[in-house]
Amino acid sequence: MNILEVKNLKVSAGKKLILDGLSFSIAEGESLVVMGPNGSGKSTLANVLMGHPDYEVKAGKIIFKGKDITKAKPEERAAAGLFLSFQEPREITGLELFPFLFDSYKALNKSKSKKADSVFVFKDKLDKELLNLNIKDDWSSRGLNQDFSGGEKKKSELLQLALANPDLAILDEIDSGLDVDALEIAGQALQRFKKKKKSLLVVTHYQRVLKYIKPDKVLVMAGGKIKERGGPELASRLEKEGFKAFV
Amino acid sequence: MKKNIESHDSLWDEYNPSEYMKDSRLGLDEKLVRFISKEKNEPEWMLERRLESFRVYQEKAFPTWGPDLSKLNLEGITYYAKASDKQAESWDDVPEDIKNTFNKLGIPQAEQEVLAGVGAQYESTVIYHSLKEEYKKKGVIFEDLDVALQKYPELVKPHFMRVMPPSLHKFSALHGAVWSGGTFLYIPAGVKLEQPLQAYFRMNAKGMGQFEHTLIIIEKGAEAHYIEGCSAPRYGADSLHAGGVEIYVEEGARFRYSSVESWSKDAYNLNTKRALVKKGAHMEWVGGNFGSNITMLYPCSILVGEGASADHLGVAFAGEGQTQDTGAKVIHIAKNTSSNIVMKSISKGGGKALYRGLVDIKEGAENAVVSVKCDALLLDEFSSSDTVPVIKINDSSAAIAHEASAGKISAEDMFYLRSRGLKEDEAAAMIVNGFIEPITKELPLEYSVEMNRMIELEMEGSVG
Repeated sequence: MNILEVKNLKVSAGKKLILDGLSFSIAEGESLVVMGPNGSGKSTLANVLMGHPDYEVKAGKIIFKGKDITKAKPEERAAAGLFLSFQEPREITGLELFPFLFDSYKALNKSKSKKADSVFVFKDKLDKELLNLNIKDDWSSRGLNQDFSGGEKKKSELLQLALANPDLAILDEIDSGLDVDALEIAGQALQRFKKKKKSLLVVTHYQRVLKYIKPDKVLVMAGGKIKERGGPELASRLEKEGFKAFV
Repeated sequence: MKKNIESHDSLWDEYNPSEYMKDSRLGLDEKLVRFISKEKNEPEWMLERRLESFRVYQEKAFPTWGPDLSKLNLEGITYYAKASDKQAESWDDVPEDIKNTFNKLGIPQAEQEVLAGVGAQYESTVIYHSLKEEYKKKGVIFEDLDVALQKYPELVKPHFMRVMPPSLHKFSALHGAVWSGGTFLYIPAGVKLEQPLQAYFRMNAKGMGQFEHTLIIIEKGAEAHYIEGCSAPRYGADSLHAGGVEIYVEEGARFRYSSVESWSKDAYNLNTKRALVKKGAHMEWVGGNFGSNITMLYPCSILVGEGASADHLGVAFAGEGQTQDTGAKVIHIAKNTSSNIVMKSISKGGGKALYRGLVDIKEGAENAVVSVKCDALLLDEFSSSDTVPVIKINDSSAAIAHEASAGKISAEDMFYLRSRGLKEDEAAAMIVNGFIEPITKELPLEYSVEMNRMIELEMEGSVG
């Protein structure tokens, strides 16, 4: 069964059409990688799938787990099991990180109509993930991404991903801003996520993250359109030849 | 948006039958001033000061530089009413309906664990007062000011309305004429209190004025934190709050005055708060202003001793139909004095928030250091904010830093939080609470929680 189906998606920002008739699907447990040069629309796609209010869907449908979420609010998509790791995570001044994580965790669990977990259960999960991601204790006194380095922000996204435990995670340039060690930690985090038979949509400009995520499908985007479709071999070809052929 | 405003007022909308209001009267004349003084069995000098204040009140016009007060009908206000004949020593003595109101506000629980003492004002008479035994032994006095006037005239007389004279403006004069109840706090030299002392003020009867006076003396080298919260139920008739706070921070002492004020949406909150700060002493004002029709409040620190310093931290929330005209005033008189002002305002639903500040560096106040920072957050396009920061410099050695910013909630921040499962109003409340966090983190936990909760209530259903 497909976890995500995108059908003839046309999206505009203002008067400009920036996604022009995209169609693709991701099966349960599959990893899809979207590649393309800067300005190809791949980041827009990630934001549109999560319901960014700045974009207007002109035509087409987004079907997630069999339900049409084309018009759903971002929080409804999150509750349904969709997650977006931001290319540039926001810094929310003065919003304490850990209480925020708990609020988000409660909101997501409540929507799944499970019994909301207690703070103790949450704390155990949090401690485990902090250890997994090699995050220092001083994060407890920090604001959400406030004064975080680029690498710390990406770790914050991975921490939120692990706690949200979505069915499909969209990763927008998860590997940018990471040094070699941090990339290794991030890669392992994604492998742990994949082990749970979860699905991934990886938007990336580079190849680095593909060392950890073996894609089942690869899409190449340029100018708001899908220019090429393939399997892992397409990613390897792009590594050698670059995007020149598609621009 | 309407729904939101109605919904969060359930607590403030409930009121007790005001039997005792039947004999009270509207408006103000010399006879009433004399009556109040006689009723309280005050010494002759206090009556004279009341009458002098009343004379000044009659001469003074409304201030013309601030918000429009033309709808405030001073003849329609009740200036004096007694809610309870005797003052209660223990919680059990407090009348049941009054207790219910306090229970809703969470007072007794708060008192048990955290707070050192409670003085709660209901209408014009303080009905409940307590102070932990240990502080009594140290010579700390925490009393109803009416009582202190009788018991400690040698402390009250030389300080009463000295740093806050009736001549300041019409409402300080009015206050001097009809003040009633309030708190007297005296911390002897060298005594350091670690827990905050608390009083809770609440206006109840319709069209009631409230003119409580707070007199605080922190002797040499002493340290204390006093916190008060104010709220008023919501009624159709205009109510007026013209309280007075005066604080004397003696040499080397440190004092923090915190207040969270949440007035009903028709109240005029025209408050005067001033502190005299001596050599090497430090004064901190931490304030949150919610509700009211119009609030005008500019806590003032007068730095008269060498090395004196003051911090002014404040949050103002202006909702629909509300004007928050708040700020800070610091007068640098002595050498090496410093002041730090941080003000945050939030406006929503057409509310107006204005920062009005005065930093006055007098000649000879060498090496003054001043920092003023005001940030405004606008929650929609109907709301407004403004700053009127006046800085007078009569000594060229002063170092001044001034920053102001105004902005909206970022749509990207909202999207980020919503993508984490939070509803629009929850996300907005988180961003607003983050914005005021530099102020709320300075408050005791239960107050910062209450302030965050007030923001959440204000934000409920307000977006989208």
